[in-house]
Amino acid sequence: MQVQAASSSRSAQLPPNDPPGGTHRRAPEKLPRSRRRLAPYGFLLPFLIFFLAIFLVPIGYAIYISFFSTHVSGLGLGPSQTTTAFAGFSNYRQAITNPSFYQGVERVLGFGIVQVPVMLIFATILALVLDSTAARLQRFFRLAFFLPYAIPGVIAAILWSFLYLPGVSPVAGILHSLHFGTVNFLGSHSILWSIANIVTWEYTGFNMLIIYAGLQAIPQSLYEAARLDGASDFQIALRVKLPMIGSSIILTTVFSIIGTLQLFSEPEILRAVTTNISTSYTPNLLAYTAAFSENNTNLAAAIAVLLALGTFILSFGFLRLVQRRSMGVSL
Amino acid sequence: MTLTTPKTPRPPTSEPKPVRYDAKGNRKQRWDRRSVLTTAVLFVVTVYFISPAYWLLISSSKGPSTLYNSAGFWFAKFQFGKNISGLFSYDGGIFSRWLLNTVLYAGVGAILATLLAAAAGYALAKYEFKGREAIFWTILSGVLVPGTALALPLYLLMSKVHLTNTYWSVLIPSIVSPFGVYLARIYATGSIPTEIIEAGRVDGASEFRIFRTISLRIMSPALVTIFLFQFVAIWNNFFLPLVMLSNQKLYPVTLGLYSWDNQYGQAPQLISYVVTGALVSVIPLVIAFLSLQRFWRSGLTAGSIRI
Repeated sequence: MQVQAASSSRSAQLPPNDPPGGTHRRAPEKLPRSRRRLAPYGFLLPFLIFFLAIFLVPIGYAIYISFFSTHVSGLGLGPSQTTTAFAGFSNYRQAITNPSFYQGVERVLGFGIVQVPVMLIFATILALVLDSTAARLQRFFRLAFFLPYAIPGVIAAILWSFLYLPGVSPVAGILHSLHFGTVNFLGSHSILWSIANIVTWEYTGFNMLIIYAGLQAIPQSLYEAARLDGASDFQIALRVKLPMIGSSIILTTVFSIIGTLQLFSEPEILRAVTTNISTSYTPNLLAYTAAFSENNTNLAAAIAVLLALGTFILSFGFLRLVQRRSMGVSL
Repeated sequence: MTLTTPKTPRPPTSEPKPVRYDAKGNRKQRWDRRSVLTTAVLFVVTVYFISPAYWLLISSSKGPSTLYNSAGFWFAKFQFGKNISGLFSYDGGIFSRWLLNTVLYAGVGAILATLLAAAAGYALAKYEFKGREAIFWTILSGVLVPGTALALPLYLLMSKVHLTNTYWSVLIPSIVSPFGVYLARIYATGSIPTEIIEAGRVDGASEFRIFRTISLRIMSPALVTIFLFQFVAIWNNFFLPLVMLSNQKLYPVTLGLYSWDNQYGQAPQLISYVVTGALVSVIPLVIAFLSLQRFWRSGLTAGSIRI
């Protein structure tokens, strides 16, 4: 709107041979208005080409091949032939009825329901404490809490796999000497929470920083007003700060939901030290196994589509939910 | 709008926001009982976040046997030098190659991603045109698509055009950052005055020149944030190179260490190299990260304001 209006006023004040302000510039050769109309597409084009190639085409392709199935004929004697045929929803049926897919989804959801709130509450508390008047050495603590985020997930998982290893783990050693008994971090039940610990360790500082940034943006005058009303620091944190950082918490929640459903590298790496993680431990591992161990790319595509769909529904659902709750939030 | 305008360069040692607490009657620097207690609790939390890194530091000085047979949080037979020379010479010095690959993937990938996202975000912020909102929403929904769900079909498509197992197969997907476009748009909307663009036009500058010489400069704090985001995203992306690459020489360092971690049965010294290699590859990143921390904060404030 502004641009349109400005462009018409500009062409009005710019007759070809009379540049304004005495600057000696040639009049633009192309019509400025059409050039300006094309400019945004020019800026967008490079990104959109790659976005199309990296996002839209693969999604379309995954959906497409998920409706086909490939059969190998020839009994392994002589040159085997593969035939591809339309299969309707059979890949999806196969994925959904596969007990390990079902268990993987259940596992990831259970993981998310516990780990995401724990991590975000932890991060919020740390941010609030660091922002409170009682905190000292804020800069040091902020750096210390943020440090794990600078360690790539793969390396973090390798690192923790040592700290979990029975006999090597100094953590288990310390717990043992404190008479907590022998803790097995890699047991069939504890392993999921050991993974949750790795994820929490890695991302709490990052989420804390997002929330902390939100806290820093709150105008100081709000606190002063609250203090004049006799509010304690704790009340200010609860009644003033917390509602003001809603959008930061929403952002971190959406990121965490997406991350949780994608869970792959941590369990894949811990597989090196335990037999309690199967090749279908999470939906992502299952898709990977289907594609590269079983060569069933059609099934893998169906799982990938289901995974993307699930992520979409959960993150959009969450956004809608919070949108209805608070009017100040708009996406 | 509180859109970031990152406080003008401040000496790095100064306190983040001293004014904030001075308003409360100069209690800021006093160590009363409450702040001693708070600090003690924060130190306990620090132990949780720091100790694995500390373990890494200690363990990188141990040999394969002492790694398993000594106290985890203290030095044993010190052989850091031996580990380092072994790490860089093993398998024809492939580790340095992995480091270079990582710099290429993450560094070049993030620079290109930042430029593409900046141009796209700028167009979406400062121009009115047909389909603007539709394009923006399509890009934004890309943020919600899990990267691992994309990697699989991408692999299949790449193998059709014989691009798998090349540098391109990891680099090309790395230069697309929908979240970067989102951040760039928000920042450009809030920080580039339309009058400046108009002034450039009156002076006869082309749209591209205005973008290159004026707008990009104003957007530079956001560009650093986008760069950092994408740099980390590429560094952390394990699934994509795992799927795409089979040639060890093309591995980023994370995939390389993973492959060593999985084959140490064949060569026990590899486990020391994994630990030392993890330390070596993490140190530059940690330094870069912690020193650029304020860009994280400023960019994230901008990002969360409108979501």
